[in-house]
Amino acid sequence: MSTQSPQRPESTGSTESTGNAGSPQGPAGAPAAGTDAYAGGAAGAVRAGAAPARPAGLLRQLRRNRLAFSGAVIAAVFVLVALAAPLIAPYDPARADFGSALAPPGLDHWLGTDDLGRDQLSRVIHGARASMQVGVLAVALAFAAGVPLGLLAGYYGRFADSLVSRLTDTLLAFPFLVLAVGLAAVLGPSLLNATIAIGVSLVPQVIRVTRAETLRLKHLDYIGATIAGGGGDGTVLARHILPNAASALLVQATVGVPTAIIGEALLSFLGLGVQPPEPSLGVMLSSAQPYIAAAPWMAVFPGLAIVAATLAFNLFGDGLRDVLDPRGVTR
Amino acid sequence: MNGTTPAASDAASTASTPSTAAAASTAAAGGAVAGEPVLRVRDLSVTFHAEEGEVHAVDRIGFDVESGEVLAVVGESGCGKSVASLAVMGLLPGTARVSGSVLLRGRELAGAEEKSLRRVRGSELSMIFQEPMTSLNPVLSVGRQIGEVLRRHQGLDRREAKERAVELLDSVGIPAPRRRIHEYPHQLSGGMRQRVMIAIAVACDPAVLIADEPTTALDVTVQAGILDLLTSLRERLGTAIVLITHDLGVVAHTADRVLVMYAGRAVEHARADELFARPRHPYTRGLLDAVPRPGTRAAAPAGERARLREIPGIVPGLSRQPDECTFAPRCSRADEECTAERPALTRSAGTDGDDADPGHTVACFHPLGATAAPGEEAAP
Amino acid sequence: MTRYALRRLGQSAVTLVLVSIVVFLGVRAMPGDTARALAGEETNPKALEAIRHQYGLDQNIAVQYGRYVEQAVTGDLGTSARTGLPVVDAIFEALPVTLELALLSLLLAVVVGIGAGVVAAVRRGRPAEWFANTLALLGLSVPNFWLGIVLILGFAIAVPVFAASGFVPFGTDPLENLRRMVLPVVVLGSGLAAIVMRQTRAAMLESLSADYVRTARAKGLAPHQVVGGHALRNSLVTVVTVLGLQLGHLISGAVVTEQIFVLPGFGKLMIDAVFTRDYAMVQGVVLFTAAGYILVNLAVDLLYSVIDPRIRLGGAP
Repeated sequence: MSTQSPQRPESTGSTESTGNAGSPQGPAGAPAAGTDAYAGGAAGAVRAGAAPARPAGLLRQLRRNRLAFSGAVIAAVFVLVALAAPLIAPYDPARADFGSALAPPGLDHWLGTDDLGRDQLSRVIHGARASMQVGVLAVALAFAAGVPLGLLAGYYGRFADSLVSRLTDTLLAFPFLVLAVGLAAVLGPSLLNATIAIGVSLVPQVIRVTRAETLRLKHLDYIGATIAGGGGDGTVLARHILPNAASALLVQATVGVPTAIIGEALLSFLGLGVQPPEPSLGVMLSSAQPYIAAAPWMAVFPGLAIVAATLAFNLFGDGLRDVLDPRGVTR
Repeated sequence: MNGTTPAASDAASTASTPSTAAAASTAAAGGAVAGEPVLRVRDLSVTFHAEEGEVHAVDRIGFDVESGEVLAVVGESGCGKSVASLAVMGLLPGTARVSGSVLLRGRELAGAEEKSLRRVRGSELSMIFQEPMTSLNPVLSVGRQIGEVLRRHQGLDRREAKERAVELLDSVGIPAPRRRIHEYPHQLSGGMRQRVMIAIAVACDPAVLIADEPTTALDVTVQAGILDLLTSLRERLGTAIVLITHDLGVVAHTADRVLVMYAGRAVEHARADELFARPRHPYTRGLLDAVPRPGTRAAAPAGERARLREIPGIVPGLSRQPDECTFAPRCSRADEECTAERPALTRSAGTDGDDADPGHTVACFHPLGATAAPGEEAAP
Repeated sequence: MTRYALRRLGQSAVTLVLVSIVVFLGVRAMPGDTARALAGEETNPKALEAIRHQYGLDQNIAVQYGRYVEQAVTGDLGTSARTGLPVVDAIFEALPVTLELALLSLLLAVVVGIGAGVVAAVRRGRPAEWFANTLALLGLSVPNFWLGIVLILGFAIAVPVFAASGFVPFGTDPLENLRRMVLPVVVLGSGLAAIVMRQTRAAMLESLSADYVRTARAKGLAPHQVVGGHALRNSLVTVVTVLGLQLGHLISGAVVTEQIFVLPGFGKLMIDAVFTRDYAMVQGVVLFTAAGYILVNLAVDLLYSVIDPRIRLGGAP
């Protein structure tokens, strides 16, 4: 989609000048059909072989971008909280206590309680667990389906490519929520079905990035040489293309997580995901709606938790993209 | 055609100008073709601020161009010639600091208001670029891109601009211009695109046309056509052309006079034929020796027959502005004097032949042809 | 142009067929008796028999699909189990609400997104860019359903300027219609505006540093001509493409927004249908949405071929 034409060839420098122009050959006005020959060659070699990310250098570079670094820290905290939810939650997230229902934030309940007197903080902490669970599983699902299809389309081209394209178009024709609604209608609303819907909706983007990277890498000289040298398709894909596409895919995974987190909250909010009384940020928001005027904290804190998590992953993803994907394939 | 000499004032700007040399070149100028130059550049410097300190991309260069004349500015990539041309146009980004004087028909452009500069650009002073593949807007038709400049500067309406665009395309040698104006850049070949760029540049009969490596990106067979077009335009329209190039073949084909730049500075200036016949600066000589030319092989010393000579060493970084000859580290003729002081661009003190160019100036303490016998000079 | 259009048309047709197969099989793949599912609350064996016959469930699956397509093409998407009315009627009743919401949101997103994106690119490194970037990041990170709740809290409860729920047809009372649409449109449009802004900014930064912009400046064009006529014109290709890709988000977002603001649109129809197990309705709405999505996407593709002559005229990449 880029409007860029191929890279300009570097000026060759006078020490290599050809001196041919002094003795013109050919008619003056001859249209230069040959000049378009630039078009193919240079474009592929722009980011020759994108060095695979080295963890140490990556961290250092990320630390320079303060926003991205704080995003990474918040995201890490979010992950830790999700993992350790049962250990750090002050109350049982499901225990109702009608005596202290709709209590505003205070010393006993830092984030207040909901209409059933359940501790909001504990529910937010456990909700983060559900968010992360869906985030990771959905992205994993999207990669499991999208990466092979993207490799197939990019590497073999032609028939495989148009087949995968039609498949992608078909998936895209079901907007994420419509797909989730359809699945919920057929299989019944549940967290698993919500995860599947979210994962499937992430697939087209993963296919697109994998395909673009594969196409780019396939045309790099050294990989072309491996192919020409009789390297099997499996070898080329596993040893050369996948490792080099890893950076772009890593970025894609990072930006997929916040999408999935929002997706889970959204589906749970609509009643298509996590089912009450299981805690989920979306379920909390949904049950907050009737009490929006009386107990605004019920809506504010789960929402802030979602915003903090998605903001963190987005910042981290943006920073990662700046470092790993200067050409913006994953954009 | 030898014109005035930029040497006089250029030399005056540097600290140590032997007064005799200055006088000589002034006298030479007086004896040359009369008339004010359309473009007079003096002491033009461009400095960028970078993390490592200041970068002097262009360091006090100066030149004159007269109507209908082609001045070639020659040097390796990175010597500052493109930056200098953008500075003349006033097109450098805000991070560049430009000083010196750019007089177009006697009017000062350096430091002028952006608004008045915009009136000059594209009308009296225009420019074409190295890369015709990307210099035209891919989503606008050729006719629109030519018409734009006419409507902006000559106040033509849409239809007049279209008619004029057809004439212009015709005049730059594009067949079927009436059909071509509806086409888009990607439908044209590289040579065609450069012709369209030229049509845009000459649309308003500019006094000066700056051509920055106009043929570098083109096929060799197309290059000559573009150069011939430029030459014929200057004859027909009297446009002065500043031809920026690293290609001495292009220079030989087109230029009347040549200014050689090295590391942001002007090192030699002469009529083209003179420069090729009697280069005075060791760097110029190095440039000429690095070009393969038929017939020169036999003249080369034994043992170096098949080999083109390259200039040893690399171009120095531009971050410091040493008070010395910037070429000294690569020059076989350099001595203490060369590293102690910056040589000024002065009248060449060579052994004048019959056809010597009186305006030939060189910034070198030990110019070729002065003390050494011809043939022994240049690289080891 | 025509060749490109025909190819795109063919691709869309293939996709449409695939979509119809998926939707058709989706309902058939349901566990249990399809007829019972399609019947909703109805359990009378006679009625079930009638439904089985109506949907041709007693026939071979290929024949069933053929019938399904034939009916869909003639505008028969079945009968709602809940209301007993044709699904198509319910769809066309809900459509204007969703279309108004979506179009106004799109307008907001395009105006704000492109405007902010251009400003952020032109004023690079100034406070304006920082401000626009921050807004965009927030727009991307704040889920629209939560934004909806917060806006209701702020502008319908604390300071009751706008209505929190309900829909009044534009024809009945234009002012009231718009008053009730303000919050939903902000909710739905803000996320999209953030995406458009980011893409516009990125595309503008790229085009502003392109050689042809230098050419435009060398022609002596004024800044607004350089930015608007040259840089933005090129960036639009990217932006329109992105808009096309975001259509799905717009549809998903509309479903949620309608749910929050109790707008009787398409999304509400769909969600309600799921919870009342009105399968014929779900099937009809999903098919209609997917088909609509494909058609709009086709229109977008044809639109950007108008903007970009390289696509229109099938030239170099």
